[in-house]
Amino acid sequence: MTTNTTAHESHLATTTGLDHRKLLMWLFLASECLFFGALIATFLLYKDASVVGPKPHEILNIPVTSTSTFVLLTSSLAMVLALAAVQRSDVVSARFWIFATAFLGATFLGFQVYEFYEFVIHGLTPKTNVFGASFFTLTGFHGAHVTVGVIWLMSLFFYSFKHGLPAEKSLDVELMGLYWHFVDIVWVVIFTVVYLIGSLEPPAT
Amino acid sequence: MATAVGAFGGADHAASKSGVWSWITTVDHKRIGILYGVTAVTFFLIGGFEALLIRLQLAEAESTLIAAGLFNQLFTMHALTMIFLAIMPLGAAFFNFIVPLQIGARDVAFPRLNALSYWLFLFGALLLNSSFIFGGAPDVGWFAYANLTALEYSPSSAVDFFALGMLVLGVSSLAAALNFIITILNMRAPGMTLMRMPVFTWMTLVVSFLLVFALPILTVGLVQLLFWREFGMPFFSAEAGADPLLWQHIFWLFGHPEVYILILPAMGIVSEILPTYSRKPLFGYSTVVFAGVAIGFMGFAVWAHHMFTVGLGSIALAAFSASTMLIAVPTGIKIFNWIATLWGGSIQFTTAMLFALGFVALFVIGGLSGVMHASPPVDTQQQDTYFVVAHPHYVLFGGSIMGLFGGIYYWFPKMTGRLLSEGWGKLHFWLMFIGMNVTFGPMHLVGIDGMPRRINTYDESMGWELLNQIETVGAFIIALSVVVFLVNFFKSVKSGEPAGDDPWDGRTLEWSIASPPPEYNFARIPVVHSNEPLWDQKHPELKHDAPPVIAGGADEGAEESIHMPNPSYWPIVVAFGTALAAGLVIVNPWLASIGAVIGVLGIYGWVFEPAGPEHH
Ligand code: HEM
Ligand SMILES: [Cu+2]
Repeated sequence: MTTNTTAHESHLATTTGLDHRKLLMWLFLASECLFFGALIATFLLYKDASVVGPKPHEILNIPVTSTSTFVLLTSSLAMVLALAAVQRSDVVSARFWIFATAFLGATFLGFQVYEFYEFVIHGLTPKTNVFGASFFTLTGFHGAHVTVGVIWLMSLFFYSFKHGLPAEKSLDVELMGLYWHFVDIVWVVIFTVVYLIGSLEPPAT
Repeated sequence: MATAVGAFGGADHAASKSGVWSWITTVDHKRIGILYGVTAVTFFLIGGFEALLIRLQLAEAESTLIAAGLFNQLFTMHALTMIFLAIMPLGAAFFNFIVPLQIGARDVAFPRLNALSYWLFLFGALLLNSSFIFGGAPDVGWFAYANLTALEYSPSSAVDFFALGMLVLGVSSLAAALNFIITILNMRAPGMTLMRMPVFTWMTLVVSFLLVFALPILTVGLVQLLFWREFGMPFFSAEAGADPLLWQHIFWLFGHPEVYILILPAMGIVSEILPTYSRKPLFGYSTVVFAGVAIGFMGFAVWAHHMFTVGLGSIALAAFSASTMLIAVPTGIKIFNWIATLWGGSIQFTTAMLFALGFVALFVIGGLSGVMHASPPVDTQQQDTYFVVAHPHYVLFGGSIMGLFGGIYYWFPKMTGRLLSEGWGKLHFWLMFIGMNVTFGPMHLVGIDGMPRRINTYDESMGWELLNQIETVGAFIIALSVVVFLVNFFKSVKSGEPAGDDPWDGRTLEWSIASPPPEYNFARIPVVHSNEPLWDQKHPELKHDAPPVIAGGADEGAEESIHMPNPSYWPIVVAFGTALAAGLVIVNPWLASIGAVIGVLGIYGWVFEPAGPEHH
């Protein structure tokens, strides 16, 4: 082992062998788990606690949300294909799949806007009751994460026209992908806990 | 890698950097450490000033010096300032300055993110304190219990300042914590395995993980609090079916780990100081490390001991009582290891050593009163009395603050190239040690006698006046000690004795390079063979198989090939936008978009910052 590591080597070689930015993303997502965990815990505490309606089982529309869930999960597939395309230096399909991911994400957001609108029409706003407050906060923050993801994807998309997307840049896309898959996985949890479990009629007390 | 995304300038630019602009745009971890330190000491003075006002009001029964409303603002802001604007950032000052040096790194993993953490901290702190001018500072206690924070009980914007200021500070701490975890995991010098890291670096790692897992929980609580107040979402409105205890659970799920965030850096510092001045290796290095990690883990399991009196039910009471008492085990292990380190050592009573010894003594007292109220029936008696004021002050002042001052005396020579005066330093220590006991010792007594915490005055017939007067005198002795420190500090910065590279005959890598260190820290990256690499090199007779290969000194020719990241003003732009957005929410949530736009433009500027001439 030599005693002299030049600056460049020490930037590239890390002690763990993992790239700084990748580690950053993993740790950030770990912290996000606790963020969403606390929001979900609040929802579970409050879902049946409201003193006025509507209650979850009266308003949640499982078929519609199942569709939007399917759209969001499809976007994860597109994200995988985007990364694969970048890694084989296929800029054109990379661009296509990045755009497709963003498009599917935006479609999911469209569903969410529709859902929120429907709920408001049927008398559930964030202020109506504690279920509404915790529901809109949880799904709203998830939607905000998807929105950030879509903006990020579109930034990457436009960037690729100016600077291309060489295979060395694949880490940029990989990080994007980690974020995107995380947001999707969180949605699967939300869908299960909030929509499937949450919409069960509470036992009469 | 982040440095590769940014631009590089040669090391030769380094010398020419001075002036305000160079500090605003700095990404050098050592300068950021100094910024953190100076800012934290400033807030320590502000928090101390608030404490003196509190003590003046309480020195006399039925005093009318300070009105009740202002009194509430003072004790709330005193706690918030000391915890979030003094102790935490002072810890961060050492993380920044010392950790890269201890692990043999040239920088942190993300230099610009590091600058962002500092600026967010500064602007968040200013936001919190600006509330004094804009209609009143937070006055609901540092843990801001619902329903006291409801619009009907707190109609002013004080609580919004609390929530938004804390959110900004939270982002700052999260960014810093992520940065330090990655720096420590990824940038250690060759040969520095995890179990060869200095204890201070280890504690930085544990604290950073605590922040990463505790802060998002607080964020959720603060968001709920804001949505409740700003948009009328009934998160804590009992009449709507909400459970106001939700706030307490969320707050203390963050808040208890937070107290370990406050103490572990000081424990790390003490674990560096004791071996150095005992001329012995730390006794049981690995147990000290594991105890620190264990304290970190257990910190998440005991939060409800802050809620013994809210009606948790007997099973929960028993569980949280037991888990709380269990924490005394790793804490005790550490104390035994420190004492064993001293045992049989040839001890030098330098100022730094005195502070470390003071830390151990006072922390034991604070820990013992902690174990006392870990018992729910005892706690029921002590809850919300001055006894509970005494306990956190023995651990936070006697522990964290004493430990951090020890760190200042220990590392000041490395930071400035000069020594603090030992004479003034010892005066500082003794005044502070005596003052601290005179102030907080009697609080145990007056607390047992039933004096409630957070009252702004009391009736003469209660018989609490004498003890309160003694406490106030103690507070002024502490204030005097701080003045002594400041005199020492300013005198020594200007004309202190030159320190040399290794004034204490140190054991870890930071002492192997120049004081103050050059911008690139290590001309050659050292190779490490034990947890006391410098000591081994100085004493080859002690080690059999460790070739001494520390190369800290300047090396002809090597410096030209070192590239350090270029200065950047994007961090301050992003921080300004974020804090502006947070501040404007109080005026009108829509106005906040102005700040948000600045912040987002800042992020784009940051990401696309043109790579420097040497970028490849
Ligand atoms: C390690 C450093 C420590 C710090 C910085 C610290 C800090 C604090 C603070 C700030 C409070 C006040 C909370 C409030 O305002 O109600 C508190 C309360 C408490 N602490 Fe500690 N503490 C530490 C160690 C310990 C230990 C070692 C134990 C027990 C083994 C302990 C047990 C408690 C309990 C049970 C309370 C609740 C008291 C009450 O609310 O009646 N603490 N601590
Ligand atoms: Cu606690």
